[in-house]
Amino acid sequence: MKQEQLSETVERDDAPITAARDIHPDRTLVAESVTISRSAQDLYDFWRNPANLVQVLENLVSIEVRDRHRSLWTVKAPGGNEVSWESVVTKEEPGREIYWQSAEGADVANSGRITFADAGDRGTVVRAVIAYSPPGGAIGRTIARLFQREPRLQTRRDLHRFKQLMEAGEIATSARNRRQRDERNEDQALAEKRT
Amino acid sequence: MKAITWHGKHDVRCETVDDPEILNPRDAVIRVTSTAICGSDLHLYDGYIPSLKPGDVLGHEFMGEVVEAGSASTLRPGQRVVVPFTISCGRCYHCSKQQYSGCENGNPADKQDMGRELYGQPMAGLFGYSHLTGGYSGGQAEYVRVPFSDFGPLVIPDDSIDDDKVLFLTDILPTGWMAAENAGIEPGDTVAVWGCGPVGLFAVQSAFLMGAERVIAIDHFHHRLELARRFGAETIDFEQSKVYEALQDMTGGIGPDASIDCVGLEAHGAFADNIWDQIKVSTLLGTDRGHVIRQVILATRKGGRISMPGVYGGVLDKFPLGALMQKGLTLRTGQTHVQRYLRPLYTAIAEGKIDSTFLISHRLPLDQGPEGYRKFHDEQDTCTKIVLKPGLEALSA
Repeated sequence: MKQEQLSETVERDDAPITAARDIHPDRTLVAESVTISRSAQDLYDFWRNPANLVQVLENLVSIEVRDRHRSLWTVKAPGGNEVSWESVVTKEEPGREIYWQSAEGADVANSGRITFADAGDRGTVVRAVIAYSPPGGAIGRTIARLFQREPRLQTRRDLHRFKQLMEAGEIATSARNRRQRDERNEDQALAEKRT
Repeated sequence: MKAITWHGKHDVRCETVDDPEILNPRDAVIRVTSTAICGSDLHLYDGYIPSLKPGDVLGHEFMGEVVEAGSASTLRPGQRVVVPFTISCGRCYHCSKQQYSGCENGNPADKQDMGRELYGQPMAGLFGYSHLTGGYSGGQAEYVRVPFSDFGPLVIPDDSIDDDKVLFLTDILPTGWMAAENAGIEPGDTVAVWGCGPVGLFAVQSAFLMGAERVIAIDHFHHRLELARRFGAETIDFEQSKVYEALQDMTGGIGPDASIDCVGLEAHGAFADNIWDQIKVSTLLGTDRGHVIRQVILATRKGGRISMPGVYGGVLDKFPLGALMQKGLTLRTGQTHVQRYLRPLYTAIAEGKIDSTFLISHRLPLDQGPEGYRKFHDEQDTCTKIVLKPGLEALSA
């Protein structure tokens, strides 16, 4: 899957296609990048182990590993629901990139890639590009956005949680104590149930 | 525990709230022995900074004793620490450049969206300063949870140096110092300082230490101008004198070489632009009052330097961008990189080169915090700095 490759047409600038003005407004393609002060190999190794991702990806409920390339992903969805699909790693280059695609029949068909590019003394640029078909099309996405499940926002937040864990060794919370942290999570869950 | 909480414009309370706990490995919990009300807390008190929630615990200037340390903290219970108001991880790119107030790792990912909308990139986490900067409970409380406790807090090794001497390392002393540093002071310079609150007064001291020949301090509170004069500054009372005219004449028609805006978004005075800005603020059409920074730009000499430690939050009309360009001015600003200055300034205090205790006009028990806010807000001339002492109640009881 080459998301970056543009159609035949005229001259284009060098900006990523996801920043294009003429992309379809209902675009189902998001890209986010973050710079992390760790080596590409460290970050790749962490990301490639599904057990590590549950703490990083905010909406991830579980990943059930089936084999080296196949796993069952369950994530939170608007309205207090959960959505599952089988994800297949279609191509990978250790320390550099991972491509995935949802298996046939997924509720939320999605595919994407995550790349780890050396950035010298700044560390590594981690870039995620995700193509997806949300449930209920544009309306589904509007609802999702209301409850912060909008994929672009979510991708950005998840990459920043990844950055925090890999750089600072922990994911920031501003809660004063466990009770406040749980209350904030409950508030969010309640808001979702009200949809 | 008891804590000072925000409930709306001019409504802060001393309430009982849940105690903090260790949540992350690098956390520590501090028992607060001294905590100050900052001029920038008044921006919250006056409702200028968005995204506070009722019940938020205020305060970003505090120190105390470690009572509990997380598994990755390097602190030990019983140690006395001064805590920087910026929550910085010490390990990211910004921290490696000593741009600690650019660290994003202390601001929870779900709190970063608004900063990105407003400013293009998220802000650092700060204690007790709205959800734009993380939504952390602040230090005007009996106890505080302190993230990245292995990196930020400075352990005060010498028990004979009391709280009053080192408390201001948390914010205003480094802020005054960085303000002078950002002004790029050269020996022989004349430096003008707008605003003689705590940051302005420290900027006056710092400017002299960096080699300024003359410092001209501007305010309208006589007591504050008197303090500036005590440190060797000449003064301009903007109610007695026209600031621009005075500055040009006092500098032989050239203008000050460097200017420091220690006022920020709540400039006082019945100037036409101020009134217009205030009307816009009250009708939600704008956020900042910019009389001072406009005047700074016009007064500073061609090729001069401007430092702007004063806090601004939003957008400003009639910003004299043309003057900035045509005169070839340099403008430097930012939230203070506190961790960069903690140790050198502590040494300067320990060696007696800098005194900050003169500032403290009131010491109150924590439960008189709301009264402290009112005083600091209404009596700015004589009320230069209020320190809340959470231990005082117990002593006086």
